[in-house]
Amino acid sequence: MRVTTTVNGTEQSVDDVWPGESLLYVLRERMGLPGAKNACEQGECGSCTVYLDGEPVCACLVAAGQAIGREVVTVEGLADGERLHPVQEAFVECGAVQCGFCTPGLVVAAHDLLARVPSPSDLEIREALAGNLCRCTGYEKILDAVRLAATRQARP
Amino acid sequence: MDFLQPTTWAEALTLRAERPDALPIAGGTDVMVDLNFDRRRPGALLDLGRVAELREWGADDGRIRLGAGVPYARVIEDLGAQLPGLAMASRTVGSPQIRIRGTVGGNLGSASPAGDAHPPLLAAGAVVEIASAARGVRLVPAAEFYLGVKRNALEPDELIAAVLVPAAAGPQQFCKVGTRNAMVIAVSAFACALHPDRGAVGTGIGSAAPTPRRAPEAETFLAGELEAAGLWESRGELPETLAAAFGERVAAAASPIDDVRGSAAYRLHSLAVMARRAATWAWNDYRKAA
Ligand SMILES: Cc1cc2nc3c(=O)[nH]c(=O)nc-3n(C[C@H](O)[C@H](O)[C@H](O)COP(=O)(O)OP(=O)(O)OC[C@H]3O[C@@H](n4cnc5c(N)ncnc54)[C@H](O)[C@@H]3O)c2cc1C
Ligand code: FES
Ligand code: FES
Repeated sequence: MRVTTTVNGTEQSVDDVWPGESLLYVLRERMGLPGAKNACEQGECGSCTVYLDGEPVCACLVAAGQAIGREVVTVEGLADGERLHPVQEAFVECGAVQCGFCTPGLVVAAHDLLARVPSPSDLEIREALAGNLCRCTGYEKILDAVRLAATRQARP
Repeated sequence: MDFLQPTTWAEALTLRAERPDALPIAGGTDVMVDLNFDRRRPGALLDLGRVAELREWGADDGRIRLGAGVPYARVIEDLGAQLPGLAMASRTVGSPQIRIRGTVGGNLGSASPAGDAHPPLLAAGAVVEIASAARGVRLVPAAEFYLGVKRNALEPDELIAAVLVPAAAGPQQFCKVGTRNAMVIAVSAFACALHPDRGAVGTGIGSAAPTPRRAPEAETFLAGELEAAGLWESRGELPETLAAAFGERVAAAASPIDDVRGSAAYRLHSLAVMARRAATWAWNDYRKAA
């Protein structure tokens, strides 16, 4: 099966896709985009979070064919060339990254939150990140990073 | 494996009939887990994601017709006022990512006793609209739709088109017990709906029997007591003893098992507590609405 989809603004086609394959597998193994991580393959950890038509989803739960003709944005698509996105910068500065496995998913989820809710409350941050697990940081520094990114976003 | 991608409902029904080996996929939040873990290898996937009709909802004659493919996130956003019980339950499903993809139709398709949409659908008196290319549409009340653990009333050539839910005429509540707030399969769950328009009470029990089920005896008991005491009209306080007796009757309607998520005894206890509280909250909302 051929899968043609727009990924990070560029149309890409891959052939010989097995129809039971996930979008996550297509991105990582066929398109060379290893940003979204594969940790659980069952929707529990959020480390595979990508945008599908502007909404954050678990790429491991999207069948490859369901992404045909859709717009996908992965963590690789958030930075502006060499310049990290403010959410990414805040994660680095706040020490919100340890092993880094959860980071791409959390960055996409936080990016989505701040696009919808520019100054989220702590409760809104927790709610928005409830689908993303981190085994290293204890979450405090992740919350710090989202707050910092929100503050910076508020004064351009 | 083939990937079938109809763009119209008629085409979807034709493909469903032609390919009994095809597994429908909507949001994929149940199906993809099975595929990723090699638990299922269907001959084809029938992707319902491009059938626009399935993703729509509309109001019709006091009823909400909720397309099978409407995701939880939309139920929460759009239907909090008309379908408060279902919207409350939807808020407890998985995580934001799961609620954006997962659908009520998929919950019905999986028919897990722990599915969170089922208790509020039962309490509201919802009807499942089922269709096939050969026989057209048939309507099955939610209470008759669940046949066994993860088994439902669908024939091999049928698909779920929509669920028809009466718009709430009174307060509704949903309670769920789990180990954390997000991303949790219910240990037990309970929904109740007050129907002051017809002096009735609706209930739905989750995760405490082989299928989601109502507690009919508890429903008639509470409705009868409210009637006898003139409480529907006076909107007086709900006596604590009445709420507790209702809770006991709800628990009596369950037949839970011990499993990794909780013991049968805990499920019975938590159901009695949830039902007592849900009835009290709903009743207090009814009093405030006066
Ligand atoms: C991490 C995670 C957390 C979850 N948390 C919860 C939770 O808290 N509460 C809960 O209830 N569920 C939960 N689930 C389960 C799942 O999200 C729900 O059951 C959801 O409603 C399934 O909807 P879907 O559209 O993704 O279904 P799919 O996976 O696409 O399909 C599910 C089943 O329904 C069938 N189906 C789908 N649409 C139709 C149709 N129109 N006609 C006929 N058959 C159809 C499919 O063939 C399949 O058998 C969770 C799942 C994950 C991965
Ligand atoms: S890999 Fe997709 S949610 Fe964990
Ligand atoms: S930094 Fe290691 S899992 Fe989050």
